[in-house]
Amino acid sequence: MSTDSKEVLLTMKDLRIEGRADEAWLEIVKGVDLTLHRGEVLGLIGESGAGKSTIGLAAMGFARDGCRISGGEIMFDGIDMRASSESELRSLRGRRIAYVAQSAAASFNPAHKLIDQYSEAPVQHGVMARSEAEGDATDLYRRMQLPNPDEIGFRYPHQVSGGQLQRAMTAMAMACRPDLIIFDEPTTALDVTTQIEVLAAIRNIVEQFNTAAIYITHDLAVVAQMADKIKVLLKGEEVEEADTPTMLSAPKEDYTKSLWAVRSHMREEQPPVRDSTPIVAVRNVTAGYGPIDVLKDVSFDIHQRRTVAVVGESGSGKSTTARVITGLLPPRRGEVLFNGEALPADYRKRSREQLRHAQMIYQMADTALNPKLRLRELIGRPAQMYLGLQGKQLEDRIRNLLDLIELEPDDYIDRLPSELSGGQKQRIGIARALAAEPQFIICDEVTSALDQLVAEGILKLLDKLQTEFDLAYMFITHDLATVRAIADEVVVMKEGMVVEQGPKSEMFQPPHDPYTELLLSSVPEMDPNWLTELLEKRAAAG
Amino acid sequence: MGFLTGLAWLVAIVIGVIAIGWTFRAFTVAISPKPLAKELRTAPLTASFGMVIILIYIIVAIFAPAIAPFSETEIVGREYEPWDDTFLLGTDNLGRDMLSRLIYAARNTVGIAFITTALAFILGSVAGLLAATVGGWIDQLLSRAVDVLMAIPALIFALLLLTIVGTSIINMILVIALIDSTRVFRLARAVAMNIVVMDYVEAAKLRGEGLWRLISREILPNALAPLVAEFGLRFCFVFLTISALSFLGLGIQPPTADWGSMVRDNATLMTFGDITPLLPAGAIALLTVCVNWVVDWQLHRASGLKE
Repeated sequence: MSTDSKEVLLTMKDLRIEGRADEAWLEIVKGVDLTLHRGEVLGLIGESGAGKSTIGLAAMGFARDGCRISGGEIMFDGIDMRASSESELRSLRGRRIAYVAQSAAASFNPAHKLIDQYSEAPVQHGVMARSEAEGDATDLYRRMQLPNPDEIGFRYPHQVSGGQLQRAMTAMAMACRPDLIIFDEPTTALDVTTQIEVLAAIRNIVEQFNTAAIYITHDLAVVAQMADKIKVLLKGEEVEEADTPTMLSAPKEDYTKSLWAVRSHMREEQPPVRDSTPIVAVRNVTAGYGPIDVLKDVSFDIHQRRTVAVVGESGSGKSTTARVITGLLPPRRGEVLFNGEALPADYRKRSREQLRHAQMIYQMADTALNPKLRLRELIGRPAQMYLGLQGKQLEDRIRNLLDLIELEPDDYIDRLPSELSGGQKQRIGIARALAAEPQFIICDEVTSALDQLVAEGILKLLDKLQTEFDLAYMFITHDLATVRAIADEVVVMKEGMVVEQGPKSEMFQPPHDPYTELLLSSVPEMDPNWLTELLEKRAAAG
Repeated sequence: MGFLTGLAWLVAIVIGVIAIGWTFRAFTVAISPKPLAKELRTAPLTASFGMVIILIYIIVAIFAPAIAPFSETEIVGREYEPWDDTFLLGTDNLGRDMLSRLIYAARNTVGIAFITTALAFILGSVAGLLAATVGGWIDQLLSRAVDVLMAIPALIFALLLLTIVGTSIINMILVIALIDSTRVFRLARAVAMNIVVMDYVEAAKLRGEGLWRLISREILPNALAPLVAEFGLRFCFVFLTISALSFLGLGIQPPTADWGSMVRDNATLMTFGDITPLLPAGAIALLTVCVNWVVDWQLHRASGLKE
């Protein structure tokens, strides 16, 4: 984070980018100015559709298919990017400006070893010979704190974990020692515990080589750790820009303040229920695929009007637990009780009434709603099927449900899912679950694909519905901020086992199980010194 | 000179196609109710032209007896008479009127090809969707059965089956439909496999939906686009199969007119520089192109692809 060298590296003046939609050009970036000095890190934040990635790509003189840079000026170290020919741009890209994509797993070519992909750019640009590039790769892998740096480059992408792959990609971007790197949400797809390692490695290497960077993210706490200054974007326009400490402590605009306040939604914890029969009880469940046990002896209860959050990193067995409860994966041992009665292990053997009372809301609303059905049928079907509603009654119920999820019935009833925004789709998912009039709903990472403001709205809605209909929720998430906001009880899972469980208030108080401690301390905080302090603390602890 | 005339003809045909397409689109948009008109407006000129031609074929096929100047089978003149006022397109190798036979053949060839393709699609896609949705031993059984059927060369297998069950139009339709449905099965199963794993199908299963509802409301609508595209292609292949079978004497039996056998019967004329035998072939080609233009448009619309 050095801002001492004040030489300007990149400037954008009144940048305008248009995207093609239905025969017409629509402006998606509306006159953004940007200045970046050598060695400086600029954080770009905003909701999806704010134009963050589009601006990031424009810094390389590139516009996605169906987009065009329609106005303004992009100057990179004295070179006018808009006037440059494609071959001039190509000689810059990869050599002087590099790009790190969101999903390293999808961006690496699965057919080539990491080191071959590393060497491609330097050899192509004539910066290094192949043998030099390989030595350099090992050096950078070591600096990125990758395990076995001498050997890891000779693996294929699928033989390396997600966090390591993301670091290997950052190393690859560094190969030609570029002046500028664009990081497009590099840690969004990672678990909190892995995210820390990647963040620390990226920050470290950017400092070592005094590289300027544009860091694109929607996570404020992350940007607070990485950036020297922050620019907030909304619908293709700049809201404000300031130094990181100023921005965090004294945001000027209302929109920025609302972003900062997002994590404020907090529900009063309900006192734990001890004596009554739980709605859902998972009893000593062991389950898995093939010869491997994914779940080992898992037990917990969910009571009426309570929210139980199940947390853990990916692969910890959270979603498998949901599959056992819904009956998609019959357990090897143990059982699931519903209001004290054992549920048949296979969903095909459950009665319609048993199916009705346990509903599910999915993570990806895109794939959870049939794209060819209108909302009327999507929401109406469960009501028609379980409750036997017909004609006028059914129509009224659908309208009533749309009202509940705060969508205007007349506008929405005949829409297709593709005509909705991400948050609205998730609301339809909720309405579909509600239409069955269940007692229990499983929410599988329902907010993780959404922007913070939208996610906040969904959480509030779920909260409101819970009190209104006495629902019990099982909330699967990896985001501890969500847990803080909505849970009554918390179940922490690791490698298929329950590590710790109890009321929320106890879970967020020490002493913890070491794994819970690691999870809790890995959640980024708004304090810009958080990452530095945490790393020091962990180093001191050994 | 010949080249220039050819070029002039080509330009005239292209302009004609565009003009007909444009007129038809403007006309249908004007007379259709609003939602339909909105869809039609998105039709490219090629698709619009395709619809005109398909419409003409249908009308000709339905009203064949009213349109045709002579009967299908009657010998009305000498063999191979040239084009004149009585026999607009001359007569064939037995002295039957060429134009009348062309018109009747529209009924036979198009009708049979359409019924065959439709049957193949119903059979193939129902079995394919079923195999993908249910999985397990039903999938194994159907897939292996299809593998066995596909292992035998299609034409030889068709000949074999037709010799066993006997030659008739109904039998031919059933045999070709069965053989073609194996290809449709493979496609439908592959497409449905990708849909079955979607969350909304899981949600429907957990809701307790029956098999029929799962297939008809959740899976089929999402598998329709590639199936429709395949329909256009298969339809054309069925023509070829029917012609091939007719040529070998196991297809449409004389004296029933069909375009495939008409080409063969009159092929001798080509050596004398007469284009008459090419007319039935041209009729097949035109319909094929037009069907595919319309299918392309539908596919483009259903898939939501942009350019």
